[in-house]
Amino acid sequence: MSGSDDAARPDDASAPGGEVAASDLLLSQVVREQSGRIVAALARSLGSLDIAEEAVAEAVEEALRAWRKGGIPQNPGAWLTQAARHNALDRLRREKRYREKLIGMLPGIDSESAAPEDSWADSFGEVDDRLSLLFGCCHPALAPEAQLALTLRAVCGLTTAQIARATFSTEPATAQRIVRAKRKIGATGIPLRIPDATDRAARLDIVLTIVSVMYNEAHLVAGGDAAADRDLADDALWLAGVIAAALPREAEAHGLLALLLFHRARESARSVDGELVLMADQDRSRWNQTLIVRARAELEQAARLRRPGRWQLHAAIAACHADAETAAETDWLQVLVLYDLLLGYDPSPVVRLNRAVALDRVGAPTAALTEVDALEGQLTRAHLWHAVRAHLLRRLGRDDEALVADLHALELTANEAERRLLAARTGR
Amino acid sequence: MKYVIMFTFDPELDAQVSEERMQGLYGRANQWYGENAAQIVDGGAQLQPVETATTVKYGESGSVVVDGPFSEAKEVVGGFSVIDVPDMDAAIALVRTWPFLELPGWGVEIRPILTIASQSEE
Repeated sequence: MSGSDDAARPDDASAPGGEVAASDLLLSQVVREQSGRIVAALARSLGSLDIAEEAVAEAVEEALRAWRKGGIPQNPGAWLTQAARHNALDRLRREKRYREKLIGMLPGIDSESAAPEDSWADSFGEVDDRLSLLFGCCHPALAPEAQLALTLRAVCGLTTAQIARATFSTEPATAQRIVRAKRKIGATGIPLRIPDATDRAARLDIVLTIVSVMYNEAHLVAGGDAAADRDLADDALWLAGVIAAALPREAEAHGLLALLLFHRARESARSVDGELVLMADQDRSRWNQTLIVRARAELEQAARLRRPGRWQLHAAIAACHADAETAAETDWLQVLVLYDLLLGYDPSPVVRLNRAVALDRVGAPTAALTEVDALEGQLTRAHLWHAVRAHLLRRLGRDDEALVADLHALELTANEAERRLLAARTGR
Repeated sequence: MKYVIMFTFDPELDAQVSEERMQGLYGRANQWYGENAAQIVDGGAQLQPVETATTVKYGESGSVVVDGPFSEAKEVVGGFSVIDVPDMDAAIALVRTWPFLELPGWGVEIRPILTIASQSEE
């Protein structure tokens, strides 16, 4: 690589705010939108995630230099795809043992598929590649943290720094996690493909969980101060849409898409001027009705398949909130019934905590507090547990204990907007 | 790809299983080897009980010989085989049908064998 030579050219370094900045800006946007897809397509035809990633990374470096010098190409996505493909072919040629794979790669991708994606519908043609990669990244032989990190890297094209921030981890730890996971995929022969019918349900559940975790991480960070992480939520929403479109007979895929659409519909009311607004206090006229209609349609689609599951139940609960014109009109009894059903699929402490909130709203705060206290030890490090407990204690007139619980919550939250909300409540 | 599959179990839990059920499982395990002969390139071996294990390990002033298995875990390796299947999913699918997996404490560890190709892929 002669990168340092090129970068030293005077015509590159000059023109602040001009062509240099514009092409760099566009490049980062194109990389963000397209690199995951290009890696996926290459990885699928090569069977090697490593080579695919290196080829794309190299193409990005080339683009950085070439676009500064020669301007932005007409179709930046196609440019990157071509460059990455050439790099991959070069690498393959250098490594004789891959010679036979060259043949398989030739019809693999063409520059046509690099057209910008305007909507989910337009990208269905590429669904296979990225979905295969997604299922590979979410293989049960990989630890959940590795599944998430690798998905964010390989499928969504996030940098190590972005992944570290989104998962509240450090950069070295994240980098190591990704390297290990990729090595395991290569060394152990974990296939990058959508599994057959028998294995699909279990694997799909992992995939949907990862997409949901992705959305939640973004949701938490984006609470008040990090608009950049909204992209992560967009990626998660996009993936959920792709999965549901590619696997239309999988009820849970529609269930998760419905859930994320309900979340997204409430997003603009959730944070006002950087301050977090609890659902009970949100201005419901700010909820996006178009997205709510779409969410309902997905949930109905799921229901028609008659295979209930936890994501559909989560979405149904979100639908109950969307149905209520004011917080006071929420049908908490139905919410409680849905949580009871949900416990059958997902008896996790977080679901039990949420169920306790519903229990309180149907007029049983004492029973709710008993249930929350029963979760002590499992959720003691979660700020939400302390916050819910504080609310219930206050309802029961135990204000001193409530203040202590709120202070614990304040101590534990990692989110700036939540911290401000709790600080205001506790007078700190 | 070639994988070594290692059968592990917890001797204490196995001791609680009736002799009759054990015999039935051994019979089905033999059958399993017959049915999957095409994918099992080396039947490997069943090992003598863990009480017979002797370990030679690092010691500050030279290697030392001790009684017992290398692992401190309750589970012990009871035997191993070598399989040759297309990929990890195929290995998992095959291993899932191993009859002893219906007994608590049992597990099968799947480890790819290092080959020249997989070595250079790193």
